[in-house]
Parts: sequence; C-alpha cells; structure tokens
Amino acid sequence: MIETGALWTVIILLGLGSFGLRFVFTGLVGDRAMPDWLLRHLRYTAVAILPALVAPQVVWPSVTDGVFDIPRAAAAVVTLAVGLGTKNVLLAMTSGAGTLYGLLYLLG
Amino acid sequence: MTTTTRKSPYRQGILDAAPFILMVIPFATLFGVIATEAGLNIIETMAFSIVVIAGAAQFTALQLLQENTPTVIVLVSALAVNLRMAMYSASLTPYIGAAPMWQRALCAYMTIDQSYLVSISKFEKEPDMTVPARVAYFMGVVTPIVPMWYGFTLVGALVGAQIPESWALDFAIPITFLAMIAPMFRTMAHVVAALVAVVVSLLAAGVPYSLGLIIAGIAGMMAGAQMELWLERKGANK
Repeated sequence: MIETGALWTVIILLGLGSFGLRFVFTGLVGDRAMPDWLLRHLRYTAVAILPALVAPQVVWPSVTDGVFDIPRAAAAVVTLAVGLGTKNVLLAMTSGAGTLYGLLYLLG
Repeated sequence: MTTTTRKSPYRQGILDAAPFILMVIPFATLFGVIATEAGLNIIETMAFSIVVIAGAAQFTALQLLQENTPTVIVLVSALAVNLRMAMYSASLTPYIGAAPMWQRALCAYMTIDQSYLVSISKFEKEPDMTVPARVAYFMGVVTPIVPMWYGFTLVGALVGAQIPESWALDFAIPITFLAMIAPMFRTMAHVVAALVAVVVSLLAAGVPYSLGLIIAGIAGMMAGAQMELWLERKGANK
C-alpha cells in the first residue's frame, strides 16, 4: 500500500520538477540568442532522442519479457522504410500496424 | 476533393495531431488501471496525470512507490526519465522563445513527446511561420492530445479492466514515433545522428535511472552536429 503523504509529495514535486525541465529553456532563455554550436546540436534533438527512446522497445520488447520478437522488429523496419520512402506518416503507421498484426497472426 | 482554403495554424495543428489520439488512449487508460490497482483513489490518479502529464515518468514513479522506494529516489528516477523534456524545451526555444511569457509557460506545461515531435517537424518544414502562428499550431496539436490524456486516465481508473495483451498496443508507441520521425531525415547528418543515438541507446540500456537515453541522445546530437560541420566544409572546398 502506498502511503498517502509520500504519494502527494511525489505528485507535487514531480509535477514541479517536470515543469521546471520543460520551462528551463522555453521560459528562461526565451528570445535571447543561443550560441551557434548549441543550435547546431539542438537541430538533431528529435532525430536522436526519439529513435533512442524506441530502439530498446523494438529490440527487447517489455511484453515479451525482453525476448526479441520478429513481428515487432519487422513492424518497426516496415514503418521506418515506408516513412522514409513515401514521407507519408499515416501510410507508414498503417503499414507498420498491418505488418505487426499480420505476422502476429501468422506466427502466433 | 481538394480544398484550396488555407487552414488556420490552430486547425492544422489539430489535424496533424490526430494520429496520436490512437496512441494516447491506450497509454492513458493503462495508467488509470495500474494506478487504481496500486490503491490510488480517483482524485489521486487524476492529480497524477494532470500535475505531472508525462506517461513514462508517471509509470516509473508509480512502480517505485509500490516498492516502497525512498521518496527522494522516486523523484530522481522519474525526473531522469523526464530529462529529455529539457532537451525538447531547448530545441523549441529558437522557434517560440519570442512568444509572451504566459504562452511559453503554457507550452512548457504541455511539452510532451507527441506535441514536441509534431510541432518541431512543422517548424523545421516551414521556417517562415510567424511566432504567433507557431504557438497557435502548438496549441492546436495539444488540443486533442492533452484532454484525451486526462479523460482516458479517468476511464482507466473507473473501468479498471485490463486491455487484452493480444491487441499488442504496447507497440503503438514505437510505430507512431517511427512513422513521424521518418520524414525528418532530410540530410546525411540527420541519419548519422539517429544511427549513433540508436547504437548508443542499445549499448547503454543497462545504465540506471533511464540515463542511457540521455547519453544516447547527446551522442546522437553531437554526431549530427559534427556531420553537419563536415558536410559544410566539404561543400566549401568544392
């Protein structure tokens, strides 16, 4: 059982801390110029962080207890390939989902 | 039928965020279910989703609270999971940093993976957007996503039923992110940044407190920046 005091401490401090992380640049730096070297790095934030976020889930999915899963890996590859080839987000998503369900059905 | 009328940035944002509704619904419902199972009442569960508004960090905190982890460790771990938000904040700053303070604070509160990703791809694609148009677009993006996050946390808390594992909804997140990120690979530098980040994230998967993600992200960003400089120098020498 989670203790009520600890729970509310976590909710409030985690909320404040998360807002702080989100506000630190948008709010505090604002429209002050940032150095070129920093901007050059920031241009790659999205293409670095998000693939890094999903890569472990693709290779070691938590629902299979970390065991490599062919349908999930194939779905990831198809999604990325269709996305790169067509630049069409919805087509990439549906191709990936189709691959996942198709292979889960065939191999399941 | 093709429409010739230009949509307002706000409405365009709503439309572009639509695919993410499918991904927020199961994720939010799941949080509601798990929080209820952990003994949280509806007010506590909703406060969690409204105050913190960050899926992965909420799951982390809840998990550790159940294991009676000291409060400080719970906070450090969940904030480490959320550290990428500071990087999103920095990345958005050149685009919306000139907006009024209250708008920046509002955008900061609603900076999550989905709103960041949809907005940054739009801002990069259309560098001529004005600052108010960018803020309006961002607000459009969060309009369907954030209320869904609150609403389906509540549904999960009320219904408490498990979503069948055979639906494989765990994989909605990787598929949506990969589909969104693919059109952003415009130069060799973007590709190199992603490849380095992926390799490092797999190598650093064992690093505690999800810090492997931050290490991988920084490594990828450095690789992208170096590749950009190298490509510029190569171009200048021709």
